[in-house]
Amino acid sequence: MDETIAQTRSITKERKNLFQKWLEKEGSAYGFLSMYALMFIIFIVVPVLVAILLSFTVFDTIQLPKFNGLSNYIILLTQDDIFMKYVLPNTIKFSVIVGPGGYVVAFFLAWVLAQLPKVSRSILALILYSPSMTSGVTISAVWLTFFSGDQNGYFNSLLLGMSLIQEPVQWLKSPEYLMTIMIIVTLWGSMGVGFLAMLAGILEINPELYEAGSLDGISNRFQEIIYITIPSMKPQMLFGAVMAIVSTFQAGAIGVTLSGGNPTPQYAGQLIVNHIEDFGFLRYEMGYAAAVSVTLLLMVLLFARLANKLFGSEE
Amino acid sequence: MIQKLSKRFSPYQNRGINPKGFHVSQIKFYIILAPVVAFMLLPIIFIFSHAFKPPDELFAYPPKFFVTNPTFNNFTDLFSKMSNSGVPVSRYLFNSILITIVTVGASIVVSSTAAYALSKKNFKLKKTLFAINTVALMFVPIAVAIPRFLIVENLSLMDTFLVHILPGLAMPVGLFLIKQFIDGIPDEVVEAAQIDGASDLLIYSRIIIPMIKPAIATIAILTFQATWNNAEISTLYINSESLKTFAFYLTTLTSTAAGTNVVAGQGIAAAASLIMFLPNLIIFIFLQSQVMSTMSHSGLK
Repeated sequence: MDETIAQTRSITKERKNLFQKWLEKEGSAYGFLSMYALMFIIFIVVPVLVAILLSFTVFDTIQLPKFNGLSNYIILLTQDDIFMKYVLPNTIKFSVIVGPGGYVVAFFLAWVLAQLPKVSRSILALILYSPSMTSGVTISAVWLTFFSGDQNGYFNSLLLGMSLIQEPVQWLKSPEYLMTIMIIVTLWGSMGVGFLAMLAGILEINPELYEAGSLDGISNRFQEIIYITIPSMKPQMLFGAVMAIVSTFQAGAIGVTLSGGNPTPQYAGQLIVNHIEDFGFLRYEMGYAAAVSVTLLLMVLLFARLANKLFGSEE
Repeated sequence: MIQKLSKRFSPYQNRGINPKGFHVSQIKFYIILAPVVAFMLLPIIFIFSHAFKPPDELFAYPPKFFVTNPTFNNFTDLFSKMSNSGVPVSRYLFNSILITIVTVGASIVVSSTAAYALSKKNFKLKKTLFAINTVALMFVPIAVAIPRFLIVENLSLMDTFLVHILPGLAMPVGLFLIKQFIDGIPDEVVEAAQIDGASDLLIYSRIIIPMIKPAIATIAILTFQATWNNAEISTLYINSESLKTFAFYLTTLTSTAAGTNVVAGQGIAAAASLIMFLPNLIIFIFLQSQVMSTMSHSGLK
């Protein structure tokens, strides 16, 4: 009897020791991580999990969510005309031009800036970066005035003055112009962190590589970019690509901001983010909105995969 | 000497990145950049110029881009104005300033402590956790607005000061950048301190923090921009007008500018836009070189 008690005691003691050892060894690391981990779980992990769970349900925020299997996804792919006819094509058009397009422009601008001496480079980098720090609100205040639909709008007045148009155009209310304006405005504000990272990456490249390259027969700058610059800054290229993808999808609200309402005129500027908002916050079909959210997250992941294929280190 | 001179004037020398000074061969780059810079800069200039226009210039026809008789009236109008619900504008501004300061401070502590652990501590899940954070770089907050809303509701954070601060603290990019920067500090520095008997807290606060100032400046800027410009939180989670932010107030101005009070609204909105933009610009100018030195560690492998 006494023996067994002693035995259990020694076992618990051993366990305690193990735990103590672990605590001594790794406890402080987890202590340092704890605050971030907590916020990360509450505001990133749980929302994603909840979105995934809700996407399999019908939920109107009043009654409890009711499981309905894959029907949200099936409806999204087969019956949601607006999604298939407007939202998806719009999103693809918008994200291909703003994402890869903006990314190539950012790289090119970064490369050109790197050819200049420090002082003028810093000033020009500041100018290119500064639109990205204007908030969505400031953007709308500026661009709404530019593209205002009456003759007082700057763009209208300019075109009227040159007699290119006879009467003011309702730029932001016209389905045929809205998407183009959205793309211009988003590109304007897209030289952000990724652009700075690529600029820093180009500047970090060891100049001897270029000398070696010219000995190996590289004869023009284009070859230099393809064979030396990009391969030596792949990590920054990948970081820039990820930032470009995220900010592209994050910029989805721009059409609603510019046109002044959700849905946008004839769904011309409707992006997947607006579709989520439309179903979630306007129609309270949370389950369906969650399915669209999950689709969006999958799209981001897919694009990032692609970027990884292009620039990831081969392991 | 001759060699030096010929080196200076040979075009090859200037093919290199980051030249020391001006060279004729650079002119073409300035020419390429000029239209881009103009396109990027014009709206920024417009924010400045518009804010100082008197009413007759705001509504002049044809519209004028540059202000001719600058005035501070828009700003005095802005601050003497009450919002529709009777909250003075200075209250929104005060909220924004307080929220931004607290969030930036908290974000620096939260990201840098976690980054220290992920970079310099040894534990089993280290690689896994960093990989998770790297995947989370691709996280698009706007996609999960609805679940976030439900979570904020269930944690009774609705209509509190805290809801302005907490959601922004988990910033995967921030953690990532600081971690990469700390990786640049040799392990020997930390090991030497450990042999001297320094605790983790001491190593973190006395050794790591002073060495990663550029990274901290970068996080400060990123958090600042995200928080200062944030109007969504006020729209989604805050009901009491006295807890809302200046960015939110600006959205009410631009959306009603087309409505009843067109004349007063435009000038005030222009002044408010400038107030929104200016702190971003000033802070970035001061911290630009620190940000650039952080970005050179930003590679994603």
